[in-house]
Amino acid sequence: MTASISIEGLSKTFGATLALDRLDLTVARGEVHGFLGPNGAGKSTTIRVLLGLLRKDEGEVRLLDGDPWRDAAALHRRLAYVPGDVNLWPNLTGGEVIDLLGRLRGGLDVRRRDELVERFELDPTKRGRSYSKGNRQKVALVAALAADVELLVLDEPTSGLDPFMEAVFTECVEEFRHRGHTVLLSSHILAEVERLCDRVSIIRSGRVVESGTLAQLRHLTRTSVAADLSGPAPGLEQLAGVHDLVAEDHRVRFEVDTTALDEAVGVLRAAGLRGLTASPPTLEELFLRHYGDQLDEPARS
Amino acid sequence: MTGVGVLLRAFLRRDRLMLVFWAAGGTILYWSQAISVKGLYATRAEFDVAATTMESNAAFIAMSGPARALDTVGGQVAWQSTAFGAIVAGLMSMFVVGRHTRAEEESDRDELVRASAIDRRAPVTAALVEALIANVLLGALVAASLVSVPLATADSVALGVGVALCGWVFTGVALVAAQLTSTTRSMYGIAGAVIAAAYALRAVGDVGNQALSWSSPIGWYQGMYAFSGLRWWPALLLLVAAIVAAAAAYVVFERRDIGSGVLAARPGPARAPPSLGSPVGLAWRLQRGSVAGWALGLGFTGLAYGSIGDDAGELIGDNGAAREMMGAGAGDIVDGFHAVAMMMLALLAAGFAVSSALRPRAEEDAGRAEPLLAAGLSRTSWLLGHLTITVLGTVAMLGVAGAGMGVGYLLVTGDSSAVGRFTWQTLSWLPAVLVLAGLTRLLYGVHPRLAPLGWLGLGFAVVVLVLAEVLRFPGWLRDLSPFEHLSLVPAADFDPVAFFGVLAVATLLAVTGWLAFTRRDMS
Repeated sequence: MTASISIEGLSKTFGATLALDRLDLTVARGEVHGFLGPNGAGKSTTIRVLLGLLRKDEGEVRLLDGDPWRDAAALHRRLAYVPGDVNLWPNLTGGEVIDLLGRLRGGLDVRRRDELVERFELDPTKRGRSYSKGNRQKVALVAALAADVELLVLDEPTSGLDPFMEAVFTECVEEFRHRGHTVLLSSHILAEVERLCDRVSIIRSGRVVESGTLAQLRHLTRTSVAADLSGPAPGLEQLAGVHDLVAEDHRVRFEVDTTALDEAVGVLRAAGLRGLTASPPTLEELFLRHYGDQLDEPARS
Repeated sequence: MTGVGVLLRAFLRRDRLMLVFWAAGGTILYWSQAISVKGLYATRAEFDVAATTMESNAAFIAMSGPARALDTVGGQVAWQSTAFGAIVAGLMSMFVVGRHTRAEEESDRDELVRASAIDRRAPVTAALVEALIANVLLGALVAASLVSVPLATADSVALGVGVALCGWVFTGVALVAAQLTSTTRSMYGIAGAVIAAAYALRAVGDVGNQALSWSSPIGWYQGMYAFSGLRWWPALLLLVAAIVAAAAAYVVFERRDIGSGVLAARPGPARAPPSLGSPVGLAWRLQRGSVAGWALGLGFTGLAYGSIGDDAGELIGDNGAAREMMGAGAGDIVDGFHAVAMMMLALLAAGFAVSSALRPRAEEDAGRAEPLLAAGLSRTSWLLGHLTITVLGTVAMLGVAGAGMGVGYLLVTGDSSAVGRFTWQTLSWLPAVLVLAGLTRLLYGVHPRLAPLGWLGLGFAVVVLVLAEVLRFPGWLRDLSPFEHLSLVPAADFDPVAFFGVLAVATLLAVTGWLAFTRRDMS
């Protein structure tokens, strides 16, 4: 089976600005794919190319086995999209917007719609202008989740939602995945991505710099280790994969590359282990590792 | 009142450019009239002939005001500029007030400001004061520009004072409207309708029943008779009306909650009606308010023109020059008047057509096209939905305007066949109006930022109609206006070749715009 989304070497410029720079992205069928990156990295531009709203300059883009520019309308019947900033018609009620979007997609399941309206505690009789940010987001989420589609494209979908509604959202995405469908979730809320996603792509300055399962990505980074020892641990500082070593009395704290972990633990054991905590890298650290050095490195033009 | 000073300074800082443009634009309206009239007529005799022509033209009187002392430069300025000057002052005041009162409340920015240590009435008061200042600036510039021409000082000052006071009255009206509704759109709707009514009342009054002119602030302004026996007391009427309107606004303001209007927003339907499921259904839903508003305005304007009846013939009488100007050398002078009136109605209808053609741009700008296009709607269907409303709406506008004119004529003359006849005759301008809409669509298709230039097309058509003769435009320049190619029905015979030719141009523009639109990035 082919991938739901496959992008190779996608470039897009706006005037002199290079928004996407030979970007590659593959989202397999049935997975929830996290799309991570800071503001302005090109997440929304990528999504807008996928939706056929922007025309690519270069590269190969396939969406559900179609061309997102040429077959836009036909493909859109098979996907639902939630933007990060939902704009509603000031004089249409939330219920009307949900129905309208559903009908344009070729009909919607009224029972599911009503169930979702209830779960998200949305008042569908209010007009667009009187909804708060979170409620506008709910309107778009209900419209998307009520649709009978095989792909959800979510661009920072939970901005403005309270924690209860975020939990409802997580449940709904899980259910959608259990039906065997695909989700592309753009976000910078790492906890959300860690909770939901099978695979993650990290984008920066218009390029995907890291892509894989969470486990794979963790492999690329370091584990934090803190140990309580019965004696000094000589030789630890000489180990190639150990960084940021801090030793006070019989306590040591350091970061170690995954490849050097075994060796480092061996040294600790030789010194007599009394206590040990080792924490895997969080997505936060992965993220910071990729963006933290942005300050040091001069921006490429 | 705590906070008025700070807010006023912030408002003026935000609006300084906008206010300068409004004031300068309004001033140019007066000053350019003075300069062009001064330079236009080589001899006294020429001026007299032109003046006689104008003062006997009922349509011109309906458009501008009571004809007084048209054989003087000052009289010409007062006649040609005051009604439109008052409208400019009114629109400026409406936008200044709306921007700082209802629009702020609607956007919730207002809460941020109100949470600081200011008086509850400070934002309203600062907006009021800014509008008053803006109108004084406009009035002062008008007066100074006319004195510099040079024209008589007292009368020049009167024109300035009058336009500023008209602005004050409309400031009060806008302030009341801002208290009534909970949205900026409907606030502009109410205030705009009052301005339009003030203009229409005096138009009907000036041609027929003088009493109607005295029910309009614009009528009071023109009743000051600047450059034709100046009198100051009508200015007092304006001042009193402004004070009463502003005071009423404060009374309502004190009795309502912040964020809501007197006319409360009711909950809407939880389900969409069956009609709201297609691009046309959505476009109709979004544009129906504006369609109804424009239709009402055009219907009444048509009614006003129609109710002049056959007086146009008596007013003009045997004046040969006027006959020629009406394009009815050999034909019936009344037909000539009707033909010009229909063309003016068509130009007004073009206002609807252009603004309707701009609607997709507003939708795209606000990010409301994106969710639709991501929901399986193709760009073509989306655009076609709006285009359908523009075209059918334009047909309706012309039909309503022509029917209104027919009803007006029927009321005065008892000729019931006029309703159908006038409706068809006004509809003969459809292709020209659609060309202007098509031009707007083409610009939008190429780039959304170009789209508002569509208004220039309408502006050009108006300039050609009003000034081509006076400014001696060469033929090719006139021919750029689609209105020049259609025949002046009923003064001339309907020309089907021209009708379908211009219609083909309109179609070509719209199709090119559509092709460009399907090829560009959405913003």
